[in-house]
Amino acid sequence: MKTRDYLRTRFFPHLWCAGCGHGTVLNALLRAVDHLGLPKEDIVMVTGIGCSARMAGYVDFHTMHTLHGRALAFATGIKMSRPELQLLVPMGDGDALAIGGNHFIHAARRNIDMTAIIMNNRIYGMTGGQFSPLSGEGTAATTAPWRSIDPAFDAMELARSAGASFAARSTTFHVRELEKILIAAMEHKGFSVVEIFSQCPTYYGRKNQAGDAPKMLEAFRDGTAKLGSKALEDDPQLIPRGVFIDRDAPEYGASYAELCKKAAAESSPERRYGKEVPRC
Amino acid sequence: MSRVRFVQGNEACTLGALYAGMDFFAGYPITPSSEIAEMLSGELPPRGHTFLQMEDEIASLCAVIGGSLTGRKAMTATSGPGFSLMQEALGYAVMAEIPLVIVNVMRGGPSTGLPTQVSQGDVNQARWGIHGDHAVIALTAGSHQALFESTVRAFNLAETFRTPVILLYDELIAHMRERVEIPEDGEIPLVDRLRTSVPRDVDYRPYLPREDGRLPMSDFGGDHRYNVTGLYHDMWGFPSTDPEVVRGLLSHLVDKIEGKEDELTFTREYETDDAETLLISYGSAARSARQAVFDARERGIRMGLLELETLWPFPARKVRDAVAAATDTVVVEMNLGQVYQQVLRAVRHRERVFLSNRIDGRLITPADIRKVLRIISGVGVWA
Repeated sequence: MKTRDYLRTRFFPHLWCAGCGHGTVLNALLRAVDHLGLPKEDIVMVTGIGCSARMAGYVDFHTMHTLHGRALAFATGIKMSRPELQLLVPMGDGDALAIGGNHFIHAARRNIDMTAIIMNNRIYGMTGGQFSPLSGEGTAATTAPWRSIDPAFDAMELARSAGASFAARSTTFHVRELEKILIAAMEHKGFSVVEIFSQCPTYYGRKNQAGDAPKMLEAFRDGTAKLGSKALEDDPQLIPRGVFIDRDAPEYGASYAELCKKAAAESSPERRYGKEVPRC
Repeated sequence: MSRVRFVQGNEACTLGALYAGMDFFAGYPITPSSEIAEMLSGELPPRGHTFLQMEDEIASLCAVIGGSLTGRKAMTATSGPGFSLMQEALGYAVMAEIPLVIVNVMRGGPSTGLPTQVSQGDVNQARWGIHGDHAVIALTAGSHQALFESTVRAFNLAETFRTPVILLYDELIAHMRERVEIPEDGEIPLVDRLRTSVPRDVDYRPYLPREDGRLPMSDFGGDHRYNVTGLYHDMWGFPSTDPEVVRGLLSHLVDKIEGKEDELTFTREYETDDAETLLISYGSAARSARQAVFDARERGIRMGLLELETLWPFPARKVRDAVAAATDTVVVEMNLGQVYQQVLRAVRHRERVFLSNRIDGRLITPADIRKVLRIISGVGVWA
């Protein structure tokens, strides 16, 4: 299918700014879905709040636009009820790791089968350019006029320690690589995290003299390097890209199904609650 | 043969939920409601149904919304602090019209308050805990049998009106043990949500109400692909700021509940026919009020009790009629007068309505109520 066939074009124009990286992410995601041949009716997209979250409105899947930071919790309810569905959860960096940090680490810990996509533009865009927990020290933002003193999370390290069984990072410059990573993440059985550097020329770019969208894309090209590459070895300042974690681990829904079987075999009405007493 | 059991209130509630067909639970441990989650962790998995212990109450209600939307009868259970955390997702459920049940076992507040003591302080929180204009349904119960029935009713109303229903009962009911007679299957009718008859591949409008205000649902992830949002939305579920859409949706959300007072308000009456003094109460306080009525009747005093089993929408008409027939009215509750204020709003002669309350974490007693009655009648309290 064409990318367009996955879109609800009657709800366009979208609200992303000119030069925003989120459209590139959407494009790569739809190409990945198409590559996997997933029918639209098998895909659920759950989003939180923010620029990233508006993606749910634009795609012709089962879509749910929820609360700031809570998308993974809603998605957990859906997945546990309908395990056969493919869950995609795109989030912003603040959405996923500030207000949604708790839900993120616990979804990763359970290793529930869904793909969490962190569209990391290092800023709160929709609310007007405030710093996020991924902005990092020295970032200028509308709530950091003297530049931020807050250290940043490393989403990959966080995903690893929380128990995610797949984690990868790419950027909106590396679109072919991004598509491959998204395919691998969706094919993975378990909790998969894909962090994508996405440019926000409107707020991050402007506040930090990072230039326009092409300039910011060039910075993704020049500031990152593939895991295991010579470039990364030579220059540890570069940010690594690629698949950080890809391991087999018990998936939560599958474990729950096993638990139900065991419970059904071992439980009898006599063991259930509320002892029957003779009628008086 | 009926099944008779001797159980805690929390168990009665759980048995009611299972009777109602609840098949999806997500929760987080909190006193004094934890027994519900404990029971369900043993009851749901053998049936192949979903039990989730989430990372907090916020996630619990979010997961319940997800479960309900996919077609399950879903609930969570909590107490004051957890209910505070749930307000954000409760607002979402109101806006997106998700049927579900939230059990809030009331303990003393504010904050951590009195985790193991009785209170009825969350009545107004149930009504106004979330931001923005809206309407909610909140039920309560004063005995285990009534709690079983209120629980089934909570699911029936949630499914009928496509809305969250809050079941408020107090710690005393939760932890006291009492006899419950479980009705036979079919004895209490069960309601399932309306499901759309629109076939697959035909334009389904999830938020287009029928003439009677009801919205047929399509199980999320099933035949129809649609959008759900907490923003003001049009009939397709797409965000809109059109003033007509905004006004239309808000009035729909309020009217579908506020306009159905007769269908939604449940009360019990004891000795009210010729009562000169009327007590109005609910939950465990109503048990003491009932005892006060029986004691008074033995002494030839014409007293009656109107027990509320719906708190929201407030049964204003029933209260107004009952109060009009009496000389004096005393509202009996364990808070600073949350239902008392509603009674004042409902009646014409406010000067004949009084409050008998306790706010110290102890059950209000018939003697407490008698003291207030003595003051009203001009006899005074000697000690």
